[in-house]
Amino acid sequence: MAETEKALTGRGITEASSGVATLTRDDFASDQEVRWCPGCGDYAVLAAVQSIMPSLGIPREKVVFVSGIGCSSRFPYYMNTFGFHGIHGRAPAIATGVAAARPDLQVWVVTGDGDALSIGGNHFIHALRRNVNLKILLFNNQIYGLTKGQYSPTSEQGKVTKSTPFGSLEHPFNPVSLALGAEATFVARSIDVDRKHLPGMLSRAGAHRGSAFIEIYQNCNIFNDGAFSALTSKEGRTHNRIYLEHDKPIRFGPNDEKGVVMRSDGRAEIVDAKSVSADQLLVHDEHRDDPSLAFALSRLAELPTGPTPLGVFRDVQRPAYGDGMEHQLRQAAEQQGPGDLSRLLNSGDTWTVER
Amino acid sequence: MAQAPPAADRRELERVVIRFAGDSGDGMQLTGDRFTSVSAVFGNDLATFPDYPAEIRAPAGTLAGVSAFQIHFADYDILTPGDQPSVLVAMNPAALKANLKDLISGGLLIVNTDAFDEKNLDKVGYPSNPLKDGSLGDYQVYEIPMTSMTIEAVKETGVTKKEAERSKNMFALGVLSWMYSRPLEGTIGWLEKKFAKKPALAQSNTAALKAGHAFGETAELSAFEVKPATLAPGTYRRITGNQALAYGLIAGSVQAKLPLFLASYPITPASDVLHELSRHKNFGVRTIQAEDEIAAAGMALGAAFSGHIGVTTTSGPGLDLKAETIGLAISVELPMIVVDVQRGGPSTGLPTKTEQSDLLQAMYGRHGESPLPIVAAYSPVSCFWAAIESCRIALKYMTPVILLTDGYLANSAEPWRITSVGKLPDISVEFASQPNAGEDFWPFLRDETTLARPWAIPGTAGLEHRIGGLEKADGTGNISYDPDNHHLMTQLRAAKIKVIEEDIEPLEFDADEGADTLILGWGGTYGAIGAAVRRLRARGRKIARAHLKHLNPFPKNTEQVLRRFDKIVIPEINTGQLARLIRAEYLIDVIQINKVRALPFRAGDLEQELLNIMGDK
Repeated sequence: MAETEKALTGRGITEASSGVATLTRDDFASDQEVRWCPGCGDYAVLAAVQSIMPSLGIPREKVVFVSGIGCSSRFPYYMNTFGFHGIHGRAPAIATGVAAARPDLQVWVVTGDGDALSIGGNHFIHALRRNVNLKILLFNNQIYGLTKGQYSPTSEQGKVTKSTPFGSLEHPFNPVSLALGAEATFVARSIDVDRKHLPGMLSRAGAHRGSAFIEIYQNCNIFNDGAFSALTSKEGRTHNRIYLEHDKPIRFGPNDEKGVVMRSDGRAEIVDAKSVSADQLLVHDEHRDDPSLAFALSRLAELPTGPTPLGVFRDVQRPAYGDGMEHQLRQAAEQQGPGDLSRLLNSGDTWTVER
Repeated sequence: MAQAPPAADRRELERVVIRFAGDSGDGMQLTGDRFTSVSAVFGNDLATFPDYPAEIRAPAGTLAGVSAFQIHFADYDILTPGDQPSVLVAMNPAALKANLKDLISGGLLIVNTDAFDEKNLDKVGYPSNPLKDGSLGDYQVYEIPMTSMTIEAVKETGVTKKEAERSKNMFALGVLSWMYSRPLEGTIGWLEKKFAKKPALAQSNTAALKAGHAFGETAELSAFEVKPATLAPGTYRRITGNQALAYGLIAGSVQAKLPLFLASYPITPASDVLHELSRHKNFGVRTIQAEDEIAAAGMALGAAFSGHIGVTTTSGPGLDLKAETIGLAISVELPMIVVDVQRGGPSTGLPTKTEQSDLLQAMYGRHGESPLPIVAAYSPVSCFWAAIESCRIALKYMTPVILLTDGYLANSAEPWRITSVGKLPDISVEFASQPNAGEDFWPFLRDETTLARPWAIPGTAGLEHRIGGLEKADGTGNISYDPDNHHLMTQLRAAKIKVIEEDIEPLEFDADEGADTLILGWGGTYGAIGAAVRRLRARGRKIARAHLKHLNPFPKNTEQVLRRFDKIVIPEINTGQLARLIRAEYLIDVIQINKVRALPFRAGDLEQELLNIMGDK
């Protein structure tokens, strides 16, 4: 048992909860009415998260959902776990406090493209850099929904919105590239409506110790409907989804007729699979320590308007921040003995005034 | 080693104020600190005032680069680091030029003549050498070629010329140690420890120290004695405000039986609290150097949500950035401690200087109706108690607390009669462990007396709940847009802070029989006000004083105390922030004394201002 957990057990936190094995998806649904717009992609993500929670084997009371501000950030209210709806952009900071204080908890961050990449960009990259034990779900709808339709840091250049009537001048972030640049230890991408794929990604993030980041393409049917139609339309689904699988050559298309090769200049490139020999196709390696392969794959699609990689880009191990902190505390207590307040106050040069 | 001369040959003084001044790189802070340490152990009462530039190493020899350290030590209990030095140690012309105006007439001036070359004189615009042009006639001047004598003294130790030169501060310390009969052993031991891995430097610095001491004796410099002060019996140590604050936070954690979690972003003059707390991991203290001030506040709040004492420390500019998170803490009603070590503002202002100008920001610096308790330390040692008090209020009332100290308190040192741990209050609170509304758990079902909501931390089965910055219904905590509920919650948040007045020390006052003027202070002006009051009493004037330690809510008897007196005088290092609060709260007019020089008040100036206000009465 972790040090803090020990210190707090019996004074609120309970030893271990019963019946983890028997939890169902409904046990993770709160009694609050879900208030997203009808047809919003967030419903599908909520359902996927609730469906995988029982399989993680973690008691409900040990799970915390933290969010910032935005449509997606209402998420914690709908989970029957501990939840903290924070302020705009600061969810990774608040969650870092939770995870560093309590390595015994499983902490999820639910955020959006504006929340994580604009107002909260700094906290986002630093949480990943520190490898805080957080599962960060970024609902990317490429628009500001809650403020009624301004462009976001993932909106395409030229995007016409209420705040950019003549088109946005800004180059967008590719969230996966950004996370890889911050050397996140687990980086994946999925789509709200991809019921076969998304739960698997969530489960893997849940099992990862350290920062796990998933970009979820999420359709805002009110302000940016169809932003991901290249991947969700009937035709797009079969032609443009590049599912990355560890240790397998990267191929896609209705009949796997397309493939990915690594060019000599370090760029990944989509080719006609028949045009190269089988051993020239790039074999995906999630566990490669160096993030450059994953980064090259993330550049295959600057925006999800054509063939776009989905799945786990990177999955490597690095000590999680809270665990390292716990280790230092334990080490200090071993080396210096447990804290003795009287000894501390009486440390340094002291002198005595006699009666 | 040269022995101190027999006491018979030494002139006895009640008190001395020495200012060490030199280039930023001359080690004046360290020299002052060593002199302080030795004086403390010797048994003098003392107060110090480090005054240094924001630049780490401004160009050598310039006025901008002058760093000074003032120590006031005495054979009786003193209250301030002294208005004006009676002894000035000037290591170069810039130090002389910047500090001479403060030296008392007839004061003792000790200069390092080696630094008074044409180049250095030019740099600060001296048309002629003040050591030679007769302009120092008002002072008793000791001209000592400290650099060259140091180089000569340490040549056997094999250090480089640059290293040799750098130990001239130890030579100066040696000279002063001889003059004021301070033993050298403490500093020699300290040097050996500090330079354990570089024995040559330990030797050279020790040699410089001894050479300075020997020079004092050989040159028969005036020798003085300041006897130990009569202080209450007990074990003492020297402590700065920042250190006392860090210890107080650890004590708060121990007395609350909860782990301490500090998230902080480096900022002058608060960083030392982060440094100090980072060293005490064996107390279970977690420290994070956050990516920015906002993150630091967020992390502290996240830790509080998880059952820790969440703390973030900062100074003015950082408090600006934390405002939104503090508002969130008020809304979700979680305990959190925000320490603001005030410095000169606005904006970057005067990072290394002191001011009391964040009181109204602490009080009102957030959007919406967002009250919180404010505690203020008033002396370096009081930072310890203020930290424990802030923890107590935060935990008991489930609220963020702003603890105000200032740059002067943070860096200033004084002796502390170490408190016995057994006398510290038990400030532990209970976490929620059971449903509180039938089978449900309502996170905003309040305690009837404190109005605090239950603290249910993650890991407690059955108490899973959600909180957030949206308005919530009292009781259930569910999101609520109901107008009447918002009105109720606004009132409850205010009432919860107001009710704390029942639970804090009443405002004490110290009044002469028949006094009609009360001096009301808060924060770091405590010592200067005390010294001014002493002087007025020595003149036979009748006066009263009181000092607020809680700025929100005010102690319950505050109005009652104020109404006893005809005149209320409020001295502040701002343009009248407490004055505004008092007028607004009680409709009592006050007379203001405001100096915003980003320096502590001088007792003499205050005395004069008070005399003017009091007139002949």
